[in-house]
Order: sequence, then structure tokens, then C-alpha cells
Amino acid sequence: MYVALKGGEQAIDNAHAWLAEERRGDPSVPALSATQIAGQLGLAVDRVMAEGALHDRELAALAIRQARGDLIEAIFLVRAYRTTLPRFGTAQPVDTAAMALQRRVSATFKDIPGGQILGPTFDYTHRLLDFAAAADPSPAPRAAEPLPAAMPRVLDLMGAEGLIETPPAAAGDAVADLTREPLDFPAGRDLRLQALARGDEGFLLALGYSTQRGYGSTHPFAGEIRIGTVAVEFVPPELGFAVALGDIDLTECEMVNQFKGSAMAPPQFTRGYGLVFGHGERKAMAMALVDRALRAAELGETVKGPAQDVEFVLSHCDNVQATGFVEHLKLPHYVDFQSELELVRRLRRAAAATLAAEREAAE
Amino acid sequence: MTTDDNATLTPADRPYWMGVLARAPAAALETAWAGVAPGPAWHLLRAPECGLVMVQGRAGGNGQPFNLGEMTATRCSVQLADGTVGHGYVAGRDRRKAELAALFDALLQGPAGPGLMASLIAPLAAQAAAARTETSRAAAATRVDFLGLVRSR
Repeated sequence: MYVALKGGEQAIDNAHAWLAEERRGDPSVPALSATQIAGQLGLAVDRVMAEGALHDRELAALAIRQARGDLIEAIFLVRAYRTTLPRFGTAQPVDTAAMALQRRVSATFKDIPGGQILGPTFDYTHRLLDFAAAADPSPAPRAAEPLPAAMPRVLDLMGAEGLIETPPAAAGDAVADLTREPLDFPAGRDLRLQALARGDEGFLLALGYSTQRGYGSTHPFAGEIRIGTVAVEFVPPELGFAVALGDIDLTECEMVNQFKGSAMAPPQFTRGYGLVFGHGERKAMAMALVDRALRAAELGETVKGPAQDVEFVLSHCDNVQATGFVEHLKLPHYVDFQSELELVRRLRRAAAATLAAEREAAE
Repeated sequence: MTTDDNATLTPADRPYWMGVLARAPAAALETAWAGVAPGPAWHLLRAPECGLVMVQGRAGGNGQPFNLGEMTATRCSVQLADGTVGHGYVAGRDRRKAELAALFDALLQGPAGPGLMASLIAPLAAQAAAARTETSRAAAATRVDFLGLVRSR
């Protein structure tokens, strides 16, 4: 039976009016500005930029406020907004070796040129709630000298010895783009890295963790984590030379993984790579673990864990897609359910009739 | 860098000043524009337009390129009465800033170039460098000194 559904407009309007009231909260408390969110909830803003795959602090802050702090909803808003803008083109790949560093640590080498730079980290904090944190902190100390201008990537130093694989050079092919072409398999590393960079932090964290617990173990070490600022350079067609549009913050993680070697390659360390907008160390680390796990087939390893399954990981790492499909279940399915109801009733009648017939035959 | 006319800057300087303008605070460009007297005659070739630029990374930092995500950017093109065309390309969605960047890009190509380089571009670049150094000094203060630990045993 087809049931035409109309109505509910007034209920929807009223629900949205209530949502706006709830969003604002107690009117006697000052409203949050997007500037406050951008400045004081910076890591939430960074996550929305990374998973929204759009670098714009103001937009992300605005989205977080509109979404009442629901970051997946905010990511959804940002993804929707980007579809309204034309694309000018593609910037030149960023040079993370030239990053103006705020943080740079290596878990593989104690003494690295330029040293271990902790930066503004939660590491080594006691995780005790600080009830006095409302007070403005005193300015952080400044060293007399800035960091050296050149801080080479740790793994590039190791590469010189041949102990670690050198990343395969550009294939020369067009770079895959999820925002233009739907996900397709087999997925090259370019497509995988794009999907992971905009993938859900929680999902990738759990998958990365699963590899550590034995579901496709890769014996990882954090070769280097760096957080800082890089220039984005773009070649406008009318100019024909590169101009800097500005600087963006990035977090990069390189995992070093043991590799026993194969017929093709001698025993050496292999690499997993993570790169995200903003300050997102947990995400970058998880991404690097999963990137390496997804290289299992390429490196001749047995695919036995979910994190090594390219199709499984890439098809489920996008939280906007995931939330769309999960949450659509709450929309009216009255007709679908009616047909299922009819089916179950019919099956029950058939089963009961079969049972009765069997009993009759047995008597 | 070559120059056949000492009165103007060379094309080789242009990426540099465009980068400085793109990173400058919009308010600083607005103030500087108010100080340009007499203001030149100009018109818009391309009105300020917001759009996206795809940012790319490389696997392992130096391997195969991949699309990391987009960033917002705004562009604008202007033409001075003498025919000089200026382009503004700036990160973000500030239309007025893109317009000002295009205007200064046009002025910098003409006889006012060397003066603007000294009065506008150099101070803006110095401010950006100072901010960068300040952040770097804060980072340097968080450097772990392992040698100190060893000596203290």
C-alpha cells in the first residue's frame, strides 16, 4: 500500500526554532563568537578542517558553533559549503622538509639534527583537571635563538644508508581525486592517502590500534612527528609562475616498520605516512599506521586484518558517508517496513501450515 | 635577477611581493592603500572571487603526490589607467584583501615599485619574519637537552 506522506512542516519549523534556542543556551551567558572558537578550541577547528577536507579556520569555527559542538555535523556543513565554490586549480605539493616547526619528535633516534622539539604538547601533563585554568597563563619561555632554518626529515637521513625504502617517485600519472571521481578499486596510494587524510579520526585510530594488537601487525616506530607551518604555492595560469597564497599548519607522521624482505627487496625498514591539516597528531599517527597496513599486498604480506583490507578501510573511513547511511535509518521507512511486516506474517502462516501438515502426517 | 631599467623592479621580484601581500594582514593593506596619494585610476578586470585550491602532499614527504584537501582562496585582477594588470591571490575569503593585493601588485610593477617595496613590502616581510622567529624561539625553548641529563648523573 502506498501512503502519500505530507505534513509535519509546522513540527519541523518548531523543532528547528527549538534547536536554535538550545544552540544559544542560557541567554544570560554571553554568546560564543566564531573567533573565540577558532582561538580557544583550536584542535576542534583543526579536526573539522582535516575531515571536512577544507582549510579555513573561520568556516570551521562557524560550523562548530552552528553544529553545537557536534564535530561530525560541523564536518558535514563544511563539506556542503565547499561544493558551492569553484576550484581555481591545484597547488604545488607542500614541502614538509621546509616546515617552520613548532614540534618535532622522533622515537627512533635520540640525537637528531636540530633536536627533539616538544612544542605545545599534552604529553607529560598529569591529566588532572585544572580548576584554575580560567586564569590567563603567563607567557611561555622563549629561547634566545630560533630553531635552525633547516631541519631535515629524520627518515631522509636514514635513507642515505639504504636501511629504509625510498618513497617511489611520482608515477607521472594524474593524481587521483576523491572529490571528482567516486571511490574505485584497486585504489592507488594517492587515492588511499587522500581518503585517509579526510577519514574519521576515531575509525582510523581504532584500525591503527588493531594493527598494534596483532590484526596485521607491522612493528611500527614513530620515526618522526612534525607539526608546523608550510607555504602553499600556486601557479595561476595567467601568471605562469608560483605565488604563495599563504601558510597553513600541518601535522606529519612517518612510521618506520620492520620488513623481513622479499624476492624483490632486501630486508629493510618500510614506511607509513600520515599528513593532516592543523594540529592532529593522533590522527596523523593513526593514518600512518593504516597507510602502512594498506600496503600489505604491495609488499607481499598476507592480508589478515581489517586494517590491511583496502576496500573495507576506504569504504568505511568517511564519517559523512557513514553518518548519512546510518542516520538515514531514522527517516520514515513506513512503506518498506509495511512490506517486511507482510512478508514476516506470510512466512509465519506458511511455517505454521507446514508444521500442522507434518503433525497430521505423523499422526 | 636582471634589470634594464633602474626605475622599476624586475619580474623576478614579483612572486616575492605577491607572497608578502598574500600573507599581510588585510588591515595593513587597507592602511597602506589609504596612504597612496594620489590614488591611481584603475578598474576591475576580474571582480574578487572566492574559490578553492587543492593542497597536495607527497607520500613520505617526497614521494608520490596526493590530494590532501582544499583551502579557500580569493583572487582578483585589476588594470591601471596605463594598462598595467595586477593580480591578487590570497588564502581565505577576504575579497577586499584580494582586491588590495591586486592593486599593489599593479603599482609595484610601475615607477612606484621601488618606493612601495621599501615602504610597504619590506616592513610587511619584516613583521612576518618577526612573528615566525617568535614562534620558533618558543619551539626552541621546548627542545629536550639529553646531554644535560647525562652530565648530571
